[in-house]
Amino acid sequence: MNRATEAAVRLPREAAGARRWVGFNTIIIREFSRMIRIWGQTLVPPAITATLYFLIFGSLIGRRIGDMGGVSYMQYIAPGLIMMSVITNSYGNVVSSFFGAKFGRHIEELLVSPLPNWLIVLGYVLGGVLRGLLVGVVVTVIALFFTRLHVVHWFSVMGAVLLTALVFSLGGFVNAIFAKNFDQVSFVPAFILTPLTYLGGVFYSIAMLPDWAQHLSRANPILYMVNAFRYGFLGHSDVSVAFAFLVMLAAVAVLFAGCVWLLDRGTGIRD
Amino acid sequence: MHALSLRQLSKTYRNGVQALKGIDLDVEAGDFFALLGPNGAGKTTAIGIVSSLVTKTSGKAFVFGRDIDTELEAAKACLGVVPQEINFNQFEKVSTILLNQAGFYGIRRGIAKARVEQWLKELQLWDRRDSVSRTLSGGMKRRLMIARALIHEPRLLILDEPTAGVDIEIRRSMWEFLRRINAEGTTIILTTHYLEEAETLCRNIAIIDDGRIIEHGRMANVLRKLHTEVFVLNTREALDATPQLPGYAVRLTDEHTLEVEVNKEQNLNDIFAALTYRGIEVLSMRNKSNRLEELFMRLVEGHDSGEPPARPAADA
Repeated sequence: MNRATEAAVRLPREAAGARRWVGFNTIIIREFSRMIRIWGQTLVPPAITATLYFLIFGSLIGRRIGDMGGVSYMQYIAPGLIMMSVITNSYGNVVSSFFGAKFGRHIEELLVSPLPNWLIVLGYVLGGVLRGLLVGVVVTVIALFFTRLHVVHWFSVMGAVLLTALVFSLGGFVNAIFAKNFDQVSFVPAFILTPLTYLGGVFYSIAMLPDWAQHLSRANPILYMVNAFRYGFLGHSDVSVAFAFLVMLAAVAVLFAGCVWLLDRGTGIRD
Repeated sequence: MHALSLRQLSKTYRNGVQALKGIDLDVEAGDFFALLGPNGAGKTTAIGIVSSLVTKTSGKAFVFGRDIDTELEAAKACLGVVPQEINFNQFEKVSTILLNQAGFYGIRRGIAKARVEQWLKELQLWDRRDSVSRTLSGGMKRRLMIARALIHEPRLLILDEPTAGVDIEIRRSMWEFLRRINAEGTTIILTTHYLEEAETLCRNIAIIDDGRIIEHGRMANVLRKLHTEVFVLNTREALDATPQLPGYAVRLTDEHTLEVEVNKEQNLNDIFAALTYRGIEVLSMRNKSNRLEELFMRLVEGHDSGEPPARPAADA
């Protein structure tokens, strides 16, 4: 029995990489399986919500609003609504999955394994990104029933959605690390994330706001994400797209380093 | 080679509780080792530190010579842990739990599937491989945690109260299983409240109390420190007074039951001869308590009352 183990322990350095790759894939597969297993909670609600938004805001109210930014209101809000679902689902996936693992103590399965903490963070975060993107695709398909979407800058569309999903998956991880109960899991989405998303230019251009409100809106990171994504469809944005990408990249780097540091310290998990 | 070495290992929790006060411990490779102590003595904290679930305050821990501070991945690869509390995802299937755990240790899917079958069959869980784990009985859940800890074939297996709440039949079959994997080369460290279990299975022992090791050595040597044993004798006839047996402390607990304290230098033949001489017929006899339990209680009570702890056994 132990011959195999001894060989495993004495694996050369390059084999450690292969071992980590298998471990990382296992986390991703587990997260994906969880998402599919509870599809009624993960995939269906955002589809229904998006349909209602398109129906009420886009189709019924949107007709009375007319054009915005040179396109129909429906075309204007479609990228924002896709982004909104990506934000809430990538965040929600990681916060519920990681906190659930903490609460049920099966996070210990990972903590006792030889996987390094940075890989555990990456596994959970990419699980969140996967759900964010999958829901984003579902909402995009729903949007196509209501309006036409024409991609002007593919790089901007793909880059913005990927970075946004990363930022909010990492945010969900931080929330899950600090949360001590289910109230604290729902606190941030309800009282911080939702207001910031609604005020982040999903339904309107900040050009419509008074000066002071425009300045205030520029402090909202979601504004940059929504605008970078919308730029990919409409070709124009309320903010500098280059600056928006810089904000997202910086957020990903800082949050990832922070998550690994917190896990290394054992915050909210050990002691 | 030492499977586990602890050096001046200390842990003080944020609430100020000093769970470990600088313990030193060595467990030889291949050993079947008992780590005993009352609730809150520091056993689970020590195991938690070794398995990275608790952050130590100071000291060193080595698993097969690998320092957990500098070679954590290699140390963890050698280690399998069966915790006291259920800690698998109760919404996942039995086989999925094991496949995932194998994956976390870098075992490829094909090999992992073969090992899942092997360990589930060994632990009589193969028929339940597709069951959602929360539907398993308490004993099955314990066996699932053992299978999970063995899926990467660790060299050191730590079991924290593995048979708690398990019925006697399953407990005996688990003993047989653990004996077998120990004979095949796996070092086992066991914490248990069933001291009979420790005495039956383990060759070496450490007793921990209030964050300190108060006894450490070979089981046989440690048990030799027990100078007296109390035997319970059941008599055929009812007794109306305590019979006087010169040199023995005798107590009549009810009209058919005698308790006799016997020290190392005395023998049981003299007791039976004295009782026969008085016309008292003994129907049955048993130890009042398990020998290890007796020693454990004396050591822990002695430690609590401020008496100096027993010296470690010579061959510790």
